[in-house]
Amino acid sequence: MQFAISLALVLVVTIVCFFSSNYIGYRVVALLLLVCVSLLASLFDILPVLFAALISSLSWNFFFIPPIFTFHVSTTEDLLMFLMYFVIAMVNAILTFKIREAESKARDKDEKEKTIKLYTTLLNSLSHEMRTPIATIIAAIDTLKDATHGLTKEQQNQLLEEIERAGMRLNRQVENLLNMNRLETGILLLRRDWCDINEMIFTVIQKFNESACEHELIFHPTESFPLVKIDSGILENVLQNLIHNALQYTPKGSTVRVMTAFSNEILTIVIEDSGPGIPESEIKNVFDKFYRLPNSKAGGVGLGLSIVKGFVEAHGGKIDLENKAEGGVMIQLTLPVEATFISQLKNE
Amino acid sequence: MNKAEILIIDDEPQIQKLLEIILESNGYKVQTAVSGKEGILLAANHPPELIILDLGLPDKSGHEVLKELRSWYTKSILILSVQDSEDAIVAALDSGASDYLTKPFRSGELLARIRASIRRNTINPSITRAQFADLTIDFAARTLLKNNQVVKLTSTEYNLFTLFAKNEGRVLTHQFILKEIWGVGYQLETQYLRVFVGTLRKKIEDNANHPKHLLTESGVGYRFI
Repeated sequence: MQFAISLALVLVVTIVCFFSSNYIGYRVVALLLLVCVSLLASLFDILPVLFAALISSLSWNFFFIPPIFTFHVSTTEDLLMFLMYFVIAMVNAILTFKIREAESKARDKDEKEKTIKLYTTLLNSLSHEMRTPIATIIAAIDTLKDATHGLTKEQQNQLLEEIERAGMRLNRQVENLLNMNRLETGILLLRRDWCDINEMIFTVIQKFNESACEHELIFHPTESFPLVKIDSGILENVLQNLIHNALQYTPKGSTVRVMTAFSNEILTIVIEDSGPGIPESEIKNVFDKFYRLPNSKAGGVGLGLSIVKGFVEAHGGKIDLENKAEGGVMIQLTLPVEATFISQLKNE
Repeated sequence: MNKAEILIIDDEPQIQKLLEIILESNGYKVQTAVSGKEGILLAANHPPELIILDLGLPDKSGHEVLKELRSWYTKSILILSVQDSEDAIVAALDSGASDYLTKPFRSGELLARIRASIRRNTINPSITRAQFADLTIDFAARTLLKNNQVVKLTSTEYNLFTLFAKNEGRVLTHQFILKEIWGVGYQLETQYLRVFVGTLRKKIEDNANHPKHLLTESGVGYRFI
């Protein structure tokens, strides 16, 4: 393919120059052909470019250097020109190729360093993030086993609850890691199916309410909301992550509100809280992997929002985060969806 | 005291130990197998009341074990596995699993599923009435009562409710329900199902937004309790 294009380009330039050689003179043609070779060198592999250099020098000799239509060169000056043309074209091709090779090597090295850095960050924060609950579990169990402490019933229950919470936290971390991997490796396949958004939001909210939630979690469903075609497992995970964040990073007693809207085939879900908000200068970073707000409280590796963003984008959607004028954070998801209002369904 | 026998097929010694303790302390008799082969052999020698099957076994896939067991074993098989992809769950249910639970699981939930599964083993197909908390269904009269008040159901809603009632406690996949109620060829019309579950919930639940009877199993199907 690249050979064909090289050949074609050289041919076209040769033909055009041939018919205008009365006006431009045959030496300028050499420069034009060199431009062609340089152009090809910046795009193609080494072999097609060398091939172009070769055929362009031959065609210059054959069609332009007098006597034309022969490979014969009559003057020493032209012979020198022809040889120099050939050398310059070759050197040009090889140099350009070398530069490109060096560039791509540097890029690879950059990539590699970035990946290593990413994994080091991941491992560091992970080992911390995993060891904390593991430490809790082991220490709590030691205390429970060691009967000499004479723990009260209430203390025992507290330890058991800590073990439970640690287990949940570990499980959440693993889930986030798996999800991140699904996004990174591109093995995320959407399973879109008809979904009742109201039902889904209620299901998610219920899970939080069951775990003794110290916040007010509010959702007023819109009646006669259409069914929408989405991957419900993934959207549920998105909502869970966002609500979990809102609960985690706002003081006890704050309100978290979920709202939905649908118009023009766009599903909008808004989650807002009445917490302290996020410093304006940090907003652009919150969706970055491993990013955590300065001074944010312990727990979490900074994967949640980056996963959420990845999942939303996998749906062709958008996520926006801003501080509300009256305080608190508002996160808005907009997802293009297929929707159906089934009202004409036979029900008898 | 129930003396029902349960066979655990799981190669993780920790999970085995844990399950043994949970089950034995609740009065079940427990047998354990660490591979698919051993499990199938034990089940054949001495068919238990219920089998708890892990999908990730060392010798063969749990899905294969499930299919082999299902060629002759008619009682309950409960899948207990770390595989939580919806596809794996649906596949297991479609090839005959009675129920599934993903690890990590809560022991209370496990025991409830086991009780419901074992109860279904002994269900009498010719029963004419069944009660589920505030709901009573009279199959002979084709009527449903909620707190002794008749609930007016359309014929599709009634059929849907009957299907759930006859499979109390069990996850029914979307495809299964669609095939049973609307027939072959409707398996992909999940929007029908969403709508009818919605209208049915409005009639049978105290609060349709927080259902107590007709529960959603995300991405898989519904469970009636």
